[in-house]
Amino acid sequence: MAGENPNFQNTDPPTVLVHRFPTFDFPPGNRLSTQFHLLDPITSPPTSPVLLHSIRALLCIGPVPVTPETLNRLPSLQIIVGSSAGVDHIDLTECSRRNIAVTNAGSAFSEDTADYAVALLFGVLRRLPAGDRYVRDGFWPVNGDFPLGFKLGAKRVGILGLGSIGSEVAKRLAAFGCSIAYFSRKKKTSVLFPYYENAIDLAANSDVLIVCCALNDETHHIVNKDVMVALGKEGVIINVGRGPLVDEKQLVEFLVRGELGGAGLDVFENEPNVPKELLERDNVVLSPHCSVATPESFEALQDVIIANLKAFFSNKPLVSPVQKD
Amino acid sequence: MESIGVLMTCPPPDAYLVEQLEKRFTLYKFHSIPDKAHFLNSNKASIRAVVGNASAGADAQLIHQLPNLEIVSSFSVGLDKIDLAKCKERGIRVTNTPDVLTDDVADLAIGLMLAVLRRLCQSDRYVRSGQWKKGDFKLTTKFTGKSVGIIGLGRIGLAIAKRAEAFRCPISYHARTEKSDVNYKYYPSVVELAANCQILVVACALTEETRHIINREVINALGPKGVLINIGRGPHVDEPELVSALVEGRLGGAGLDVFQDEPNVPEELFGLENVVLLPHVGSGTMETRKEMADLVIGNLEAHFLNRPLLTHVL
Repeated sequence: MAGENPNFQNTDPPTVLVHRFPTFDFPPGNRLSTQFHLLDPITSPPTSPVLLHSIRALLCIGPVPVTPETLNRLPSLQIIVGSSAGVDHIDLTECSRRNIAVTNAGSAFSEDTADYAVALLFGVLRRLPAGDRYVRDGFWPVNGDFPLGFKLGAKRVGILGLGSIGSEVAKRLAAFGCSIAYFSRKKKTSVLFPYYENAIDLAANSDVLIVCCALNDETHHIVNKDVMVALGKEGVIINVGRGPLVDEKQLVEFLVRGELGGAGLDVFENEPNVPKELLERDNVVLSPHCSVATPESFEALQDVIIANLKAFFSNKPLVSPVQKD
Repeated sequence: MESIGVLMTCPPPDAYLVEQLEKRFTLYKFHSIPDKAHFLNSNKASIRAVVGNASAGADAQLIHQLPNLEIVSSFSVGLDKIDLAKCKERGIRVTNTPDVLTDDVADLAIGLMLAVLRRLCQSDRYVRSGQWKKGDFKLTTKFTGKSVGIIGLGRIGLAIAKRAEAFRCPISYHARTEKSDVNYKYYPSVVELAANCQILVVACALTEETRHIINREVINALGPKGVLINIGRGPHVDEPELVSALVEGRLGGAGLDVFQDEPNVPEELFGLENVVLLPHVGSGTMETRKEMADLVIGNLEAHFLNRPLLTHVL
């Protein structure tokens, strides 16, 4: 019998159940399917519920929710391998209660996300998309010089969440001469940047706020009205984290009333819907949640996912476990 | 100093500069004078200074027409619109605004790299036009770690290198001579540099030698995945060659702040998604324009008060 042949068993790839929205998948040709037996209910619905009962590993692609109901169908589940940096779509409390480990994208996206935060900041301060529109729409020969932008190096940048993305942002912006400060749950002992104990104090001492913390109950609307008032009317907000980190309704009102200088937003509260008041404004830069969307990021993500799954199936420490507070 | 005539040869580049000049001197705005020959004939004696910029300075003909010209104070780093040989011959002092715009121009070079690779302007158009609701935006290209080749390792080139290092970009360069004080890889030819980097940025001065330094051969060496950034001067690039390379897909993308015939930009570029087009805003920040204006005025004041010039070239 094949099962008694140790060589055969070793080469039989372990089964991983795929959990995703029908519209959301890895690009074709990914390396996961060569190393694991991927069971994707969207392309091939399982023939018997018994199979789901035996599933130990779940690969969660994109922002698809993992709820207690999801978990009820998978009584043998031991690990959920996420494919994003933030795992706010996974019920961590419930996973913790059931002793299910959760991993995220680790630092696979950190560089691309940090790059994108810098790009959005350039977009707002040096008015890149507005300048590009000005040229393409033929205004330059007619209206003459384009309105001036603002110097990057003159800005005090406050980073909300100095994790792996925030640290990469800090490293980049320091090279432009920006002064850096931050707020995190805890002061980092290994970092020399000034620390503020709350978002309002950080905003009051910054010209630019870069939002790149994880979304959870504590950080929902961390950038609220008070933070916007503290940031001031020349202030700029960059959000590469999650939409609900910023009170979007207030943000729109502040921008419309001229009580904020500008915003660069890759994420929104109700994607893909973007408040229509933002669509005509030159002091905002908008992008469709694409800060991580490069082939390089997806390669790095596959590395992290494969490493986590391999570690799990061989009882080794996981590469990027999500720590529940 | 109110009696000293200052001729501004360029269109007024900055409201603050004009205001400060008018406070101190008798300012003539040449650009808006309809009969220039007549104006020069009646005012040439009183004009002792010219203020120009990257679009207009003082050519041989103008210098010839201004017998009492003592100083050209340029609101720019580049001096290609000033006939330096003529100035030297006549003993006319020439000043520019070095250093102050180094940071802005270097910043913009990196901004253009990020914008081209990450399709920043295109993604903004995608959201504004409502296309996001119909589906996801396509993948873009990572910037961190891409190799950057710099033509001209002067102040601006070095500032670009320093910034690109924070993105872990390997740096190489081409200059007339190899620099002994940097660790970046040197290529004696632009074609070799282009063949060995993913992003090529023009950061040298415009001279006879560097005119069209980006030609067909360089563009082909950079290749269909390469990106060209020009924050120097339009004539550094053979523009028709660049346009055809972009249209034919022989070049991966371009970020352009300067053009051969500003403010006219080749219309073939308007429909391309792999280019970012800016209206010459390299030094266009509030902070820097004020510093530049202060230098232009400071140089003029120093000259007429017989003090040492702040930033002179001649």
